Amino acid sequence: MDTNAFWIILTGAIIAINCSILGSFLMLRKMAMLADAISHAVLPGIVIAFLFTGTRSNLPMLLGAALFGLITVFIIEWLSKRIKLQNDASIGVTFTFLFALGIILISLFAGQVDLDQDCVLYGEIAYVPLDMWYLPNGWTLGPSTWVICSGLLLLILIGLRWGFKGLYITTFNPDYAVSLGISAGIWQYVLMGFVSVNTVVSFEAVGAILVVAFLIVPPAAAYLISQSFIKMMVYACVIGVISSIGGYCLAVYLNSSISASMTIVAGFLFLLALLFGPKGYFRKNKKLQAL
Amino acid sequence: MDIWSFIWLEEPNIRFVVLGTMLLGASSALIGCFSYLRKKALVGDAIAHAILPGICFGFMLSETKNPFYLISGAFISGWASILIIDFITKHSKLKADAAIGIVLSVFFGLGVLLLTHIQQSGNAAQAGLDKYLFGKAASMTPYDVSVFGGIALGLLLLVLICYKGFKIVSFNTDYAQTLGLPTKLLSVLISTATVLSVAVGIQAVGVVLMAALLITPASAARFWTNKLSTMLLLAALMGAIAGWIGSLVSFLAPNMPTGPWIVISLTLMVGLAILGSPINGVYGKWLKKQRNKHLITHENVLKVFYQLGEQEQNFFRSRGKLSILQKRNFGTSTLKKGLTILLAKKWIKRDQNNYVLTNEGFLEARRIVRLHRLWELFLNKRLGLQPDHVHPDAEVIEHLITPELEEILLKDLNMPALDPHNKEIPYDKH
Repeated sequence: MDTNAFWIILTGAIIAINCSILGSFLMLRKMAMLADAISHAVLPGIVIAFLFTGTRSNLPMLLGAALFGLITVFIIEWLSKRIKLQNDASIGVTFTFLFALGIILISLFAGQVDLDQDCVLYGEIAYVPLDMWYLPNGWTLGPSTWVICSGLLLLILIGLRWGFKGLYITTFNPDYAVSLGISAGIWQYVLMGFVSVNTVVSFEAVGAILVVAFLIVPPAAAYLISQSFIKMMVYACVIGVISSIGGYCLAVYLNSSISASMTIVAGFLFLLALLFGPKGYFRKNKKLQAL
Repeated sequence: MDIWSFIWLEEPNIRFVVLGTMLLGASSALIGCFSYLRKKALVGDAIAHAILPGICFGFMLSETKNPFYLISGAFISGWASILIIDFITKHSKLKADAAIGIVLSVFFGLGVLLLTHIQQSGNAAQAGLDKYLFGKAASMTPYDVSVFGGIALGLLLLVLICYKGFKIVSFNTDYAQTLGLPTKLLSVLISTATVLSVAVGIQAVGVVLMAALLITPASAARFWTNKLSTMLLLAALMGAIAGWIGSLVSFLAPNMPTGPWIVISLTLMVGLAILGSPINGVYGKWLKKQRNKHLITHENVLKVFYQLGEQEQNFFRSRGKLSILQKRNFGTSTLKKGLTILLAKKWIKRDQNNYVLTNEGFLEARRIVRLHRLWELFLNKRLGLQPDHVHPDAEVIEHLITPELEEILLKDLNMPALDPHNKEIPYDKH
């Protein structure tokens, strides 16, 4: 295995782990589609950040781009709570608008922005090893995307260490949380902030839409085969890592997009969980027959 | 070529593209209204993404970009996505939004996988297949337009024929079932129509933004009206106009993609509806608030005329602003506004610099005072509130009590003569 493949798989795996942890919370909060909306809606932020800095690896600009994710959540909440637009329509109207805006910005500044319209959708993880992160003394820590995603993982783990209780309670028992004086709104925005940052840093590798697959599919599969929340997060991470390795092999075999292949493997694992999991379709039918 | 030749559709080529795009926009918007009302707006998004692998399969099997094959593939994978979403929600503990997200992203991944695979395969005919990601309205051939336009027209016709059934199923499936309507068939028809409209709509805006073509015009139209037929008409109109605007932008700036501009113009229409709609919009709510405020203001001013008349045993003496303000302290502009409304309603009239009640005004004032005192008595007698606690509540409710409620109060209290403060409750003389 050459070093490029090594870095690609490692980057895919760490993105999958980040997404799996965040996605587990999202799924249990029934916010899967909100994540979908955010991942589309950060596009204009990324394009604007790109216009100003000419690079994607500038941390302050990354955070600025992630701000668009929070703005999206805010707009959706405003539309559905204050304006009384149907919730699903609020999501649909908001993210398509922001995504369209992003595409127009790309077309408008095609000369200055080195973003391919297609890559916006599914990223290009194959190019990740081309942009290595060098220390001043010439040593390398790996590709920039990998380094940034590792940093995010560290941040997520620190966030979990301090905020797990708040996130956990507001996820599973919002009413109880309110009675304890824990604000559900703040934790929601913290989580959404992480989701936006995650989308922005994974953007180069997996694009705006396939990041949704990483966010939703492994946690959903894990949800079907686990009994406790901690186990679910761990299983989701494992499924994500397997998807990353398997996806790379599939992509090499089919000569096609690596990130898309990772999605397919994750989808296949989900299908297995759906059909053969402890409460899966076939198991359930067998139990019925036994009765 | 200038903008006028575009607007008057002088070029046959442009005519085809523009009319085709408008037709696609209109038919998707029309079907989208039903998705919106059935609260399945995001299923449309999933279908749109799921259509990509179908198109790729269609191409791989036929090795041409013949729209007929591509649409057949799209139709099959679009329907498959609906069935899989239903399967997941039915046979697992996952909720609908997770199911939609899974199907959307995995199908799209499959589409990208096939697309990149086809691109690497070196088949010359594949060039432009990736246009389905963002739409390719500007490069539609007349043949494309006739196929897609034909389907769009068919969809319009379908909605026209099945209007009643679609309507009942969208609002109340259970009721439709009790009426003996074939609800299952109608649901399948709506789903089929949705898949077809998505399949043709992505020509205009591409798979990613297709959701907007379904949801956004329906959302905008919903703000303007509470009637389904009007909503359908408005949504279709908006879809067509947005299609026209998108084509115009692409015409003026050829490297601008049509789809995103269609979406932007549709969203602006939603913004306009949110701000301007007299029913559900920001302006409408403001208007309602103002109306209530004015109602309270003028009724309060009118009440003062009555109270002064009661004190002096003469209801029809003319009163100056000063004597009104002595009785009750209004802000200057509030009083002015109240008097203006009362004058316009002919409940008071001018008497040089003063104002005097008219006969209708007197009756109206007496009604409000009656309601106020009735409510005070009701609170005191039936709910046991102390007489010195009942006034503030009555001050609010007197503006809201309907004639029906008044009758019930009268019956309940048995036509009382005095309120808790021993003031007379005035009635119309019979």
